[in-house]
Amino acid sequence: MLWSLYANVLVQGVLTGLVYGLMALGLSVIFGVVRVVNFAHGEFAVVGMYAAFVLFRSFGIDPFLSMLPIAAAFFVIGYGLQRTLINPFVSRPEHEQFILLVGLAIIMVNGTLMIFGPDARSANLPYSFDSWEIGAIIVDKVRVYAAIAALAVAALLFAFFRFTATGVAIRACADNLVGAAVVGLDVKKLYALTFGLGLACVGAAGALMVTLTDATPMIAPAFTLLAFTIVIIGGMGSMTGAIVGGLLIGIAEALASVLIAPSMKTMASFGLLVLVLALRPQGLLGRRA
Amino acid sequence: MKTTTTITRRTAMAGAAATLVAPAVVKAQGQTLKIGSLLPRSGFFAQAGQSMHRGVLAAPELLGQLGYRVEIVHIDTESNADVARTQAERAINDGCHVLTGAFDSGHTLAIAQVTEQRQVPFVVNVAAAPQITEQGYKFLVRNFQTGGQLVTNGLRLIRDVMEAKSIKFEKAVFLHANDTFGTAQRNAMDAIWPRVGLPIQLVEKIAYDPRAQDLSVEVTKIRSINPDLVMCVTRASDAIKMVRDMVRQRFQPKAIISPGSPGFYDEEFYQALGPLADFVLFGLPWANPKSNMTQAFEKAFVKANPNNRFAVDSFNAGFAFEGMLIAADAFKRAGTTNGPQLMEAVKATNLPEHVMIGGPITFDAKGQNPNIGSALVQNLRRVPTVVLPKDVAVAEPVLPFPAWQGRS
Repeated sequence: MLWSLYANVLVQGVLTGLVYGLMALGLSVIFGVVRVVNFAHGEFAVVGMYAAFVLFRSFGIDPFLSMLPIAAAFFVIGYGLQRTLINPFVSRPEHEQFILLVGLAIIMVNGTLMIFGPDARSANLPYSFDSWEIGAIIVDKVRVYAAIAALAVAALLFAFFRFTATGVAIRACADNLVGAAVVGLDVKKLYALTFGLGLACVGAAGALMVTLTDATPMIAPAFTLLAFTIVIIGGMGSMTGAIVGGLLIGIAEALASVLIAPSMKTMASFGLLVLVLALRPQGLLGRRA
Repeated sequence: MKTTTTITRRTAMAGAAATLVAPAVVKAQGQTLKIGSLLPRSGFFAQAGQSMHRGVLAAPELLGQLGYRVEIVHIDTESNADVARTQAERAINDGCHVLTGAFDSGHTLAIAQVTEQRQVPFVVNVAAAPQITEQGYKFLVRNFQTGGQLVTNGLRLIRDVMEAKSIKFEKAVFLHANDTFGTAQRNAMDAIWPRVGLPIQLVEKIAYDPRAQDLSVEVTKIRSINPDLVMCVTRASDAIKMVRDMVRQRFQPKAIISPGSPGFYDEEFYQALGPLADFVLFGLPWANPKSNMTQAFEKAFVKANPNNRFAVDSFNAGFAFEGMLIAADAFKRAGTTNGPQLMEAVKATNLPEHVMIGGPITFDAKGQNPNIGSALVQNLRRVPTVVLPKDVAVAEPVLPFPAWQGRS
């Protein structure tokens, strides 16, 4: 029986970790290119959750479908936000960027609290409570769907950056900003596109998260912290690192729940963070500055 | 018949005293008691804080009908003990004569330090930490059970329901949040469980982080033990996660019973789980469905909060209302808003007619109301329904649980 306990826990850790990875991917993309740390990251994820909840409750649209329009809407919001609010702060000191984005986060938390109230909101899909039984292992359907969707979104993003001219231009900005500007790339536009892509990832992750957990305004700071932990472990600015970091956190938390105590699982992720910072400060897949 | 009145030195003194006090009484009759209601209406405890706030909103209507005049100042403690302390100072500076609150024990202790210093009565409506009434505060009373009382009464009700339904539980697991409340309940459980002698083997106690995204691993662990009774101390959102993961993992205990915690009776629990929210049981102080004042309060509640169900809010709203009632009644008797005199009247409270189950509201030397009862409440058709004790029950308990599958 013991092996089945570990097998079940491990499967849950992997599946949850993939969704965590997608959520952190947006943060990593934005930081990797624009060099602005989005301290409102978790708040955007929660807004994505509420958007999926509203579309499901009002129009019956499954969050696995609504993640596409939500991601598109978040892209537009991200693009506009970068051009109007964030861009003037790109070259300003980090603490000013911090104040701006924390302020934005506070507005978003309280805005969602005013609109939706403090109660947990969930999308009760017809298959929300279904699971597959494979031998002694029980796998939640929604967790599998969410993990597959997370992998698909991440693959699309990787393909965009690798195979499209715009993606290559964005990577050029990330690698050498001055060089990119010298060869005539429109850096401001590329920054806005990157911010839009980052937020699109967060919006999609939020839509997926609402199938796994309930939306409340107050979970936003926890999401921000989780995304930071993952990105630091995986390597700031590394997209593969974000997915690997998410997987590691998911598995570490799941195993710590069984091996140590369920209440200690958050400690496991922070323990992992400390370990990575001590042994490889640039993160597992990050580049040394 | 002739009546002779002899003026003695004692009657002269009494007359003089009455002359001195009279203006205060007359002034009080024309005066309104200003009550500061401190609740966590935003932040981590917002859900419960808002639920209590709805009770506060309904209070003036019923208090007015009962002949009390109050003005309520609504204050948000933002689920933060430091904010609670600062806001208590501010409320007193703004002229509040009494404070009520504060749902969380940590916030309550922070406010108590201020009210003690400023000599302003503080009526605690919900907060279970034993030390609140053990630290010798002179300006504090608590109209709520301590954590130990919650667990003792909760376990007693488990025994009662086992007898009532002739059901046996072989193995139990105790699952609890590792926050202040959950840990206090765990400590109470550690101390009380061996004494109550329930014929159940308590196999494991599992602490979990209430901010976790899901409880799938915790449920997997419980499932590997396969208990027939799951006892739990949860908050609303993690109660949802627990039941959801039990259903997904096809784990079917005979019963889920909370020996004294929130979570299972919140509107979000019913909204999120639908028919899967039914049949869970919880032992808690609860609004007495057969009390006249409860019925009157329900009318006032529905009028003030037309979009909310009284049955769901009755625990939080009931205690919030009773806090106001205690303050208003004391003011009526004291005839003054002077802190020490008002506090004397608060301590002398004796209210036989009130909302929550139990005897008259009175306070012992430590400021604790010893007469608060508990009820076993079961979700039936998404309505929290009192099923024990028999004198206040409105339905029969349903045990063992019907299967998760096939519920409608």
